[in-house]
Amino acid sequence: MERHILVVLPHPDDESFGIAGTLAMHLNSGTPVTYACLTLGEMGRNMGIPPFATRVTLPQIRKQELEASCRAIGIKDLRMLGFHDKMIEFEDQGLLDANIGALIEELNPSLVITFYPGYSVHPDHDACGAAVVRTIARLPEAKRSKVHCLAFSRDHERAVGRPDIENDVRDFLQHKMASIQAHRSQFQAAELLGRKQYTDKELQERFGTERFWTYRFQ
Amino acid sequence: MQHIHPEDIQSRIDRLKDQDLYIHLEMTTGAYAAHLDSSKHPAATFITNAVIRYSHGSISGNGPYRIGLKAEAGWIYSEGLTHYEESESERLILAGHDSQGKLIVALQLSKEPF
Ligand SMILES: [Zn+2]
Repeated sequence: MERHILVVLPHPDDESFGIAGTLAMHLNSGTPVTYACLTLGEMGRNMGIPPFATRVTLPQIRKQELEASCRAIGIKDLRMLGFHDKMIEFEDQGLLDANIGALIEELNPSLVITFYPGYSVHPDHDACGAAVVRTIARLPEAKRSKVHCLAFSRDHERAVGRPDIENDVRDFLQHKMASIQAHRSQFQAAELLGRKQYTDKELQERFGTERFWTYRFQ
Repeated sequence: MQHIHPEDIQSRIDRLKDQDLYIHLEMTTGAYAAHLDSSKHPAATFITNAVIRYSHGSISGNGPYRIGLKAEAGWIYSEGLTHYEESESERLILAGHDSQGKLIVALQLSKEPF
């Protein structure tokens, strides 16, 4: 059992598809989870259909969606770090690392979950994972938390191999689907769920397994 | 214009930081976009000779490139950049051209108005 899990991701909704089930599973067995979300996803292009969000209201709407998603999963400690969406790769690395370092210092997590730097498609995802790995790599080896990464770029398995962790989260699909649905502005129109009603079996096949790569520090 | 050399652009970005600059920032899909392909949504936007100042900035990507400049109360961002004007010593002139050579995006910084 993990002592404390720290999740570091850049966008509201990054927690939904890849890790919501895993987090609900750990929370169910009593492990505290802290979710540090770097931005409010305020540069997102999905505004609802018909659009109910504007560039001005989107951050507030996505903040509420993020809070609802955390309630659905059972996360009680949500930290919104206030960085600007899409700008993580350009952000002052010292500032980014100091924020992540302070959380690690405060929480002493046994496990940190983030994106695999270089294999996570969106520049914010890669830069977020890189900041986490950089921050933890600076710690003496004995003090380093385990890091589990999400990866989904095309051909990522050629570079990083098969995931070494596969969690069966079928018992927590309700939490996960509620987390996805909490992000109304983003997934209402989504190709991902769309208007299709899935059968239980389809849901389990599509969403019932979550995969991670353990980051190997040099 | 030449293809972007990220190291050269980075040193130019560093040289222009912490001072008032005129910016020209533009993006356009072209006025004929919808005429040629009705599924395209024509859009264009520019701001010219607004004054900005940034404390740090960088270029990233493997081409086309992205640039982000951190200003006091916000950010300046441009994606899709492919070319720059090497002969400009005081100004930073960057553009992104599509496969037909048409301008899609432009980011320009100068101490004097454009
Ligand atoms: Zn994301």
